[in-house]
Amino acid sequence: MTQQQVIANWGNYPQLSAEVDELGLLPDVQNYLQQQSPLTLRGNGRSYGDASLGKQVFSTLKLNKFLDLNTESGILTCQGGVLLSEILDVILPQGLFLPVTPGTKFITVGGAIASDVHGKNHHKEGSFSRHVLSFDLMLADGTILTCSRQENQELFWLTMGGMGLTGLILSATFLLKKIETAYIRQTCIKARNLAEIMDLFESSTDWTYSVAWIDCLATGEKQGRSLLLLGEHATLEDVSPNQKANPLEIPQKRKLNIPFYFPRFALNGLTVKAFNTLYYNKQWAKESQSLISYDPFFYPLDSIYNWNRIYGKPGFVQYQFVLPKETSKDGLSEILTTISQSGQGSFLAVLKLFGKGEPEAWLSFPMEGYTLALDFKVQPKVFELLEQLDRLVLKYGGRLYLTKDARMKKEALQNYPHLEQFKQSLPPGFTSHLAERLELTINNKQ
Amino acid sequence: MTHTLILGAKSDIAQAIAYQFARHGHSLTLAAREVDLLDPLAKDITIQHQQPVHLREFDGLDFASHGEFYENLPEKPTVVVCVFGYLGDQKQAEGDFAETQRIINSNYTGAVSIINLVAQDLEQRQNGTIIGISSVAGDRGRQSNYIYGSAKAAFSTYLSGLRNRLVKSGVHVITVKPGYVATRMTANMDLPQPITASPQQVATAIYNAYRSKTNILYTLWMWRWILLIIRSIPEGIFKKLNL
Ligand SMILES: Cc1cc2nc3c(=O)[nH]c(=O)nc-3n(C[C@H](O)[C@H](O)[C@H](O)COP(=O)(O)OP(=O)(O)OC[C@H]3O[C@@H](n4cnc5c(N)ncnc54)[C@H](O)[C@@H]3O)c2cc1C
Ligand SMILES: NC(=O)c1ccc[n+]([C@@H]2O[C@H](COP(=O)([O-])OP(=O)(O)OC[C@H]3O[C@@H](n4cnc5c(N)ncnc54)[C@H](OP(=O)(O)O)[C@@H]3O)[C@@H](O)[C@H]2O)c1
Repeated sequence: MTQQQVIANWGNYPQLSAEVDELGLLPDVQNYLQQQSPLTLRGNGRSYGDASLGKQVFSTLKLNKFLDLNTESGILTCQGGVLLSEILDVILPQGLFLPVTPGTKFITVGGAIASDVHGKNHHKEGSFSRHVLSFDLMLADGTILTCSRQENQELFWLTMGGMGLTGLILSATFLLKKIETAYIRQTCIKARNLAEIMDLFESSTDWTYSVAWIDCLATGEKQGRSLLLLGEHATLEDVSPNQKANPLEIPQKRKLNIPFYFPRFALNGLTVKAFNTLYYNKQWAKESQSLISYDPFFYPLDSIYNWNRIYGKPGFVQYQFVLPKETSKDGLSEILTTISQSGQGSFLAVLKLFGKGEPEAWLSFPMEGYTLALDFKVQPKVFELLEQLDRLVLKYGGRLYLTKDARMKKEALQNYPHLEQFKQSLPPGFTSHLAERLELTINNKQ
Repeated sequence: MTHTLILGAKSDIAQAIAYQFARHGHSLTLAAREVDLLDPLAKDITIQHQQPVHLREFDGLDFASHGEFYENLPEKPTVVVCVFGYLGDQKQAEGDFAETQRIINSNYTGAVSIINLVAQDLEQRQNGTIIGISSVAGDRGRQSNYIYGSAKAAFSTYLSGLRNRLVKSGVHVITVKPGYVATRMTANMDLPQPITASPQQVATAIYNAYRSKTNILYTLWMWRWILLIIRSIPEGIFKKLNL
C-alpha cells in the first residue's frame, strides 16, 4: 500500500517526506524491488537518525512471520520484519531468550542485523551477528541469496552492520539462549568517579550483563560518578517459591504513554531526580542486590511508550561513540568535560565496556573499549558542539555508531578501517538519507 | 478443537480472520489460488498460536473442481468463511461481457457453487456456521460499481435464503457487509479515514458475530446507518445522483 507521508525515526530528526510501501507476499515484494530503485529499507524506525529514511521507502513490517522454532536446539528462523518483542512473547515461555538485545525490544530482526546491534552482554557474547547462522537476502533485481559463513560469505559480512545497503533481509536463522526463569539477578554498585567505574567494569567482566548510568554534569572529583548495573539470568535456585511455580511467566506490563510533546524543562528535572534518588538514597549501600523481571532490566525505557516525545517537536539526536580501551580514560575525561561545559547534553548517559568487535563486518560499530551514548536536544548550537566532539573522538582513535547518527560528516568515518572496501563492494539498488549524506553508496549511483 | 475453512485466504481480510480464529483455538484450512504463498503465514500461525494449519489450492471460478476440493479436505470444517471476491473494472465490464462475467462469477456463482456443498454437509451434521463476505455495495446499485454490487446483492440474498433454510438444522449463516476496508482491493483508492476499517477490525467483528450468532453484520457499525439513508432515497432522486 502506497502512502506519501512525512517520516522520522526515533529522534524525530530529521523529518522527511517519503513514499512508503508495505508488502508481505514474496512475489509482490520481488516485483516491487525490481521496479523501485534506489530504495531505502525500513524496519521499525528505532534507529535515531536517518538510517532508514529516504524518498522511496520499503517497510518490512508485513514480513512478520515466524518460520521455524526448534526449542531443543534453540534455533529460530523468522522473517526480517518480526519484532524482538514478538519473539520474546513466543520464546520466553519455552525457556529461551534473545542472544543479544539492545535497550529496546521494539526493533526488527532485519534492523538488528543491519546495525549489528549490541547489548549489555557485548563484552562476553559479542554483537548480534555472532549468533546469526544464515539469512536470505533479496537483491535489487529480486534474486534471493542464502548467506552464511559458508555460502555467499562476502554478502553475509557486508550485510552485518551494512545499514540496509546490500539488500532486503527477508528472513534470518539465529541461535537463542536457554534460560530457567524470566528473572534477572541484579547487582547495583555506586562509583564515585571515572577511574572507579572503569575499574569496576574491568573487574566485572565475568558478569554476563553490565552497563552503567553515568552523570554527565558532574565535574572535578566527581566526574564520571555512576551506577553500575550487573546482571545474570536467575536460575530456579535464585527465585522465590512463588516465582518458581511459574518461572517463565511473562510479567504483566503496563504502559505509560506520553501523549503529547513534552516541554523541555521537564526532562532534565525528571532524570536528575531519578538518578539522585538512587545515588544518594541512604538505604542503598555501596552495593545492593535485587531480583527483577527481565523487562525492566533490559528495557527500562520501553515501559514509557513515546518517551522520545519528551524532547519536544524539534526532536533530538543521540550521540554514541566508542574509544579504544587504551585511550578511553583520557578521552572520556576530555569529552565529558566538554559536554558538561557546553551545558547541552542530557544529564544521563549510558557507559559500557565492549569486548572484541567483528573485524569481518566492516561497518559494525563495536570494538574493544568504552562506549558512551547520550542525547542532545536539537537546537542551533548543538551541531557545532557535536562536531567538536567528533574531533575528540577521532583524536582518541574512536568512532561513531551509524544507526544513532543524523548529522556527522563523512570525515568522521575515518576510524572504520575498511570503509573504502565496504563502499567498493556494495551491490546496486539500495540507499538511504544517511548513505547519501556519508557518500556510502557513491560507487553504485545509477 | 473447532476446524475452520477459509476460502480466498490470501485476501488481507482473510489473513486477519485466520489469526483471529487461531488465537481463539481454531485449527485451520486455508484455501486460495497459489496457496503456496501462504506457507509463511501457516508456519507463523502454528508457531505463535500452536494451531495446525493446512493449505489447499482452491479457485472459486473452477466450479467443476469444488466437489473434489471439498471431498478431499484434510478435516471437515465446522466454520466456513467465504472471503474471495473480485472488484473488477466497472467501466471495462460495461463494454466487455467477459469482465462482467468474471465479476459475477467471482462474487456470486463461485461462492454459491462451493457453499452449496458446504451447506449439504453441515445440514447433515446438524452443526456449524457459514460466514459469507458480501458488501454494502450490494445494498443499492450505483453507477460506479453496479456490476460488482449486483453480484454481491445476489450473494446477500442467497445467504439470507440459506439462513432461513438451515436454521432448523442448527446451522447458522452470517452475512458480512463491510463498508470500506483498507486492503489490497482498495489500495489505489483514496478512502475517507473515519469510515474505513482495518482488516483486523473486520476480523474481530466477524469473530464476535460468530460467537453471538449475529445474522447480518455491518463493519464499521456506522455503515448500517449510512446504508439506511442511502436505501431510503427515492429512486427518482437517487438516479440523478453522482455516486
Ligand atoms: C530506546 C532505544 C534503545 C536502543 N538501544 C540500543 C542498544 O543498546 N544497542 C544497539 O546496538 N542499538 C540500540 N538502539 C538502536 C536500534 O537497536 C537500531 O537502530 C536498530 O537497527 C533499529 O531497528 P529497526 O527495526 O527499528 O530498524 P530501522 O531503524 O527502521 O532501520 C535501521 C537500519 O536497518 C536497516 N534495515 C531494517 N530492516 C532491514 C531489512 N529487513 N533488511 C535490510 N536492512 C534493514 C535500515 O535500512 C537501516 O539502515 C536503540 C534504539 C532505541 C530507540
Ligand atoms: N476492501 C473493501 O473495501 C471491501 C469492502 C466490502 C467487501 N469486500 C469484500 O471482502 C472480501 C475480501 O477482499 P479484500 O478487501 O480482503 O481484498 P483482497 O485482498 O483483494 O482479497 C480478495 C481475494 O479474493 C481472491 N480471489 C478472487 N477471485 C478468486 C477466485 N476465483 N478463487 C480464489 N480466490 C479468489 C483473491 O485472490 P488472488 O490473490 O489469487 O487474486 C484475493 O486474495 C471480498 O469478497 C471483497 O469483495 C471488501
